[in-house]
Amino acid sequence: MTYGPGDQVRVLPLEKPGHVRTPDYLKGKNGWIEFLIGPYPNPEVLAYGLSGLPERNLYKVGFKQADLWEDYRCPAEDRLYADVYEHWLEPGEGGTA
Amino acid sequence: MSGHHPHEETTTSPYAARIRAIEALLLEKGILTEPEVQDRISYMEARSPANGAKLVARAWIDDEFKGLLLSDGKAAASQLGMDPEHPAEFVVVQNTPKVHNLIVCTLCSCYPRAILGRPPDWYKSFEYRSRSVREPRAVMREFGFEPPENVEVLVHDSTADVRYMVLSMRPSGTEDLDEEGLARLVTRDSLVGVSVPRAPGATDPG
Repeated sequence: MTYGPGDQVRVLPLEKPGHVRTPDYLKGKNGWIEFLIGPYPNPEVLAYGLSGLPERNLYKVGFKQADLWEDYRCPAEDRLYADVYEHWLEPGEGGTA
Repeated sequence: MSGHHPHEETTTSPYAARIRAIEALLLEKGILTEPEVQDRISYMEARSPANGAKLVARAWIDDEFKGLLLSDGKAAASQLGMDPEHPAEFVVVQNTPKVHNLIVCTLCSCYPRAILGRPPDWYKSFEYRSRSVREPRAVMREFGFEPPENVEVLVHDSTADVRYMVLSMRPSGTEDLDEEGLARLVTRDSLVGVSVPRAPGATDPG
C-alpha cells in the first residue's frame, strides 16, 4: 500500500538477514510519513548484484524521540527522521508530528 | 612511498591489507585498470567541505539560490560548477531559530561524498553513529555547541538513498563580509550539524 504525508505508520519488526537499510532501533516503532522521497531500486537486492527492480517507494518517516527511547531526557519536540522503504512499513498508531 | 608515511598505522591494519589484496586481484584479473583506480582517487580528493561552504555562503547572500539549494540540491551544486554525479539524492536541510538539524548514518557512513568528499573519521565511528540518534544534544555539547532547549533538534538518519547536508543560519555580525569571507566561517562540522559556523573574527584553526 502507498502512504501519504501525515499517515501514521509502524516500522515492521522483521528479522531480515543480509543487506537491509532499516536500522534495528526503529523496528516496531510508530511514526508518521513526512513525504514520499520517490521510487528507487530495492537496495536489499541491488547489493547482491541484481537489478533491484521493480522499484520500491522510499519515504521520509518522522519519529518523536520520546517514542524511540524511554530515557530520552531532552525536549519532547525533538524528532528523528529516517528514510524507510514501503515494504518495511505498515499502518500504525500514536506516532504523530 | 617511504615506510614513515603518516598513515602507517592504518595501512598496516588487517582491513587495509585486505583492501590491498582485493585491489591487487581486481587489477590482476583485469576487472579494474590502474588508471581507473587513480581516477577514482582523484575524484574523491577533488571534493572537500569547501564545496559545502560555497553552497552555504551563496545561499546566505542570494535568496533565489537558497530556494534552489533547498528544493534541488544537485541543481544548486551544478550551478556553482560542482558535479554531484553520484546516483544518490542530495538534500539540504535548513536550520532556523526554531530548528537545528543533525546528520548521521547509523547503518554505515553515508555522506554527500560527491559534494564534500570523504567523511571525517568520527562520523564513521561506532560511538557517533550510536549516540547521535539517542542523545544528540549530549553529542553536540561535546563538539562545543548547545542548542537552546526551545530549539527542536531534528536528527536525520541517512538510511537509504538520500545524502544530507545542513544549511546553518548566517552568524550575526557578518554584514560586512563578502561571499568568500562568509564561506570561511562554514566548518565541516557545521555541514554535518554537530556545530554551527564560526563567529566572524574567530580564529581559523586551519
